[in-house]
Amino acid sequence: MGSDPSAAADGCLLEVINVSKAFPGVMALENVSLRLKCGTVHAVVGENGAGKSTLMNIIAGLHAPDRGELHLRGRPLRLRSPREALESGIAMIHQELNLMPSMSVAENIWIGREPVNACGVISHRELHRRTRQLLGSLSIDIDPQAPLRSLSIAYRQMVEIAKAISYDSQLLIMDEPTSALTERDAERLFAIILGLKAQGKGILYISHRIEELFSVADEISVLRDGRHVGTDTPANLTRERIIRMMVGRELAQIVPAAPARAGAVRLAVRELTLEPHFRDVSFELHAGEILGIAGLVGSGRSKLAEALFGVSPAGSGRILIEGSEVRIGSPAAAIGRGLAFLTEDRRESGCFLTLSVLENLAVAVLGRDFVRLGFVRGRALTRACEAMSRLLAVRTPDQHERIENLSGGNQQKVLIGRWLLTSPRTLILDEPTRGIDVGAKAEIYQLIARLVERGAAVLMISSELPEILAMSHRIMVMHEGRITGILPRAQADQVRIMNLAAQ
Amino acid sequence: MPEAVPDTSVEARRGRRWRRLPPEVSILMVLVGLALSFELLGWIFVKQSFLFNEQRLIVMILQVSVIGIIAVGVTQVIIAGGIDLSSGSVVALTAMVAASLAQSSDAVRPVYPTLTDLPVVVPVAAGLAVGALAGLVNGALIARTSIPPFIATLGVMVSARGVARWYTRGQPVSMLTDSFAAIGSAAVPVLIFLGTALLFHLALRYTRYGKFTYAIGANPQAARVSGIRVGPHLVLVYTIAGTLSGLAGVVTAARAVSGQAGMGMMYELDAIAAAVIGGASLSGGIGRITGTVIGTLILGVVTSGFTFLRIDAYYQEIVKGAIIVAAVIADQYRQRSRARAA
Repeated sequence: MGSDPSAAADGCLLEVINVSKAFPGVMALENVSLRLKCGTVHAVVGENGAGKSTLMNIIAGLHAPDRGELHLRGRPLRLRSPREALESGIAMIHQELNLMPSMSVAENIWIGREPVNACGVISHRELHRRTRQLLGSLSIDIDPQAPLRSLSIAYRQMVEIAKAISYDSQLLIMDEPTSALTERDAERLFAIILGLKAQGKGILYISHRIEELFSVADEISVLRDGRHVGTDTPANLTRERIIRMMVGRELAQIVPAAPARAGAVRLAVRELTLEPHFRDVSFELHAGEILGIAGLVGSGRSKLAEALFGVSPAGSGRILIEGSEVRIGSPAAAIGRGLAFLTEDRRESGCFLTLSVLENLAVAVLGRDFVRLGFVRGRALTRACEAMSRLLAVRTPDQHERIENLSGGNQQKVLIGRWLLTSPRTLILDEPTRGIDVGAKAEIYQLIARLVERGAAVLMISSELPEILAMSHRIMVMHEGRITGILPRAQADQVRIMNLAAQ
Repeated sequence: MPEAVPDTSVEARRGRRWRRLPPEVSILMVLVGLALSFELLGWIFVKQSFLFNEQRLIVMILQVSVIGIIAVGVTQVIIAGGIDLSSGSVVALTAMVAASLAQSSDAVRPVYPTLTDLPVVVPVAAGLAVGALAGLVNGALIARTSIPPFIATLGVMVSARGVARWYTRGQPVSMLTDSFAAIGSAAVPVLIFLGTALLFHLALRYTRYGKFTYAIGANPQAARVSGIRVGPHLVLVYTIAGTLSGLAGVVTAARAVSGQAGMGMMYELDAIAAAVIGGASLSGGIGRITGTVIGTLILGVVTSGFTFLRIDAYYQEIVKGAIIVAAVIADQYRQRSRARAA
């Protein structure tokens, strides 16, 4: 123990030695050890609740370990705050980006460290010059003066990375950097990561997308229930092996193939337009069918979903449900037509974080059922919600637990349950498996397949091509607000879809 | 197996049960602690019991029941993620309107000479209606224009006070009928306070109105996507709060047996304080009427206790301010430890 000269010599940047951490009632980490070498990417994977985030928070100075120690370049490291971690060259890029939307890119990067002139006034010219230089060194093409809110999630993430680099960090922690990115944006991110590696920086990389680890990671460590299960190079691992290590059991099939048994036209859309997001969108969705929508972020996919559900009603065009033309001016109207909409952003427009699992489940169905003379029929509602969470296998201590205490996958199941309680006939699912672990993903796929078998029509937006390819009966590809193609499953493959999506 | 994570350990269950205690318990302990301290100090300094004095207890609750009635409405606004600064001014306006319709025929210069000795229901209904109207304006401004509630209700606060002064050109309204004055006598205000508290406690817990109010406060965007008509619901919440301010105005006029445009000064802040001490979160989605009732009583105990110990009113305000801040700090601490335990 102590400072180990050989560790520094072989380029070991960070060593985590037998770290344990308990939270009230939960052993979050137990004797976890890890080594990160300079100029490499070390991926850490595990199901939600496996302890990845706790480990990262310890390395980033957010929590102190109960036992065990950290060594940075062979020297013991004791962090009391994220500030100290930053000063030691450790920066974390959070899953939920911590940027200020109303401020410019440059202001966001240098906040608190703005260059000032002799009078103490911020020199914007110097600020922008530095920012341009920084972004240039990372080959990121963004205007330093652009307000952050004008940027897509992918670009915001790059700003966050640039910010981390601006602290002269040697160790970057990336917590699910690709969960909100399309394949193309992810490729761009990987290029940036490659550049960082060449500069000798070490990267700890958390992700639920196992496929991408094989192209980005040099080493992969698996955590399960707070313990370190194993570490190896991608060359010695397979996707199946990683999953087996993560869940501790064999998963027969990740993505179930739903039978194609399309029935009558449930939803028909004619020349739907909402400038500047999408225009002249026409398609049909059948009962018992999954229609996947692929496209890059910004292709208008999510806006189309919002328009169909009345969140931001379309400017022109027609929507027909079961043959009759309808006007959907609000989500309430859409629900009245048997629609349901799982939004892409769980925290922003999905969960009521301060409310219980039960209240989160019940909120949509209360608009039309379980209410007599304004009074909620508490017992019947509780029974229905309990049955729903059993059906979806939501893991929660009980129905009164706050939803914010559940893992991402379980939150997502609750949100799906919220809609199933309204017995929808048409479901619009926007990124239904974003940021959730493999086990929960498989359960959600099976659930969707079951719904479709029973005659529901599903419109599924996803940035994960393997998911779209395996689940959809037909795949509609969008590019810059237009439909560039609708492919039957048999004719669809990744290359074809990417060609249509990126033209 | 993942299902068997140490989540179900005894320690976890105990921790959960502790966290699952109703949040009012801690604030109730503060109330009891304060009352006992005053009891103790009473025996030491003024050789009297603080608590075992029926008269004092009634006066104590009576003093805060007007604030309490307002706070019941304000709590709902805060749960829905808003704020209402107009309550105090609405109290003044509705007190004026109610008093003007409750004058007895022996008044020297009645506001409406032909409308004296009206049955008590008229001034009461008028007061409630004007309060509801003020609340409706608040709600409509917020729902229609999407200006922040702080600004909308600030505007109504200033204007309502102006209307109250304009109504009688600044003259107070006095000589009210006995039947109207009866509303403010004895323990009637206390009963009105506890009655409204019970009514809206039940409404928040057991009705769709209540569930939707919490949902909107917790996440308005998600509420809209879940099919809640957020705008109309907010109008309803603010209208209820306005009506309760109107009720408080009626009670105030009846207790003073007059209407004055200067009534209800800063009541809105006391009401917000009562709600916040009681655990309501200004970021919305959290709060309970039971907490607000306890918060109101804490304000009452502090006021009455300091008077009892014959300590200057200045200190009262200083301590009141400190209690408000301490309550919010304690609450945030609890929230955070709760989140960390997750």
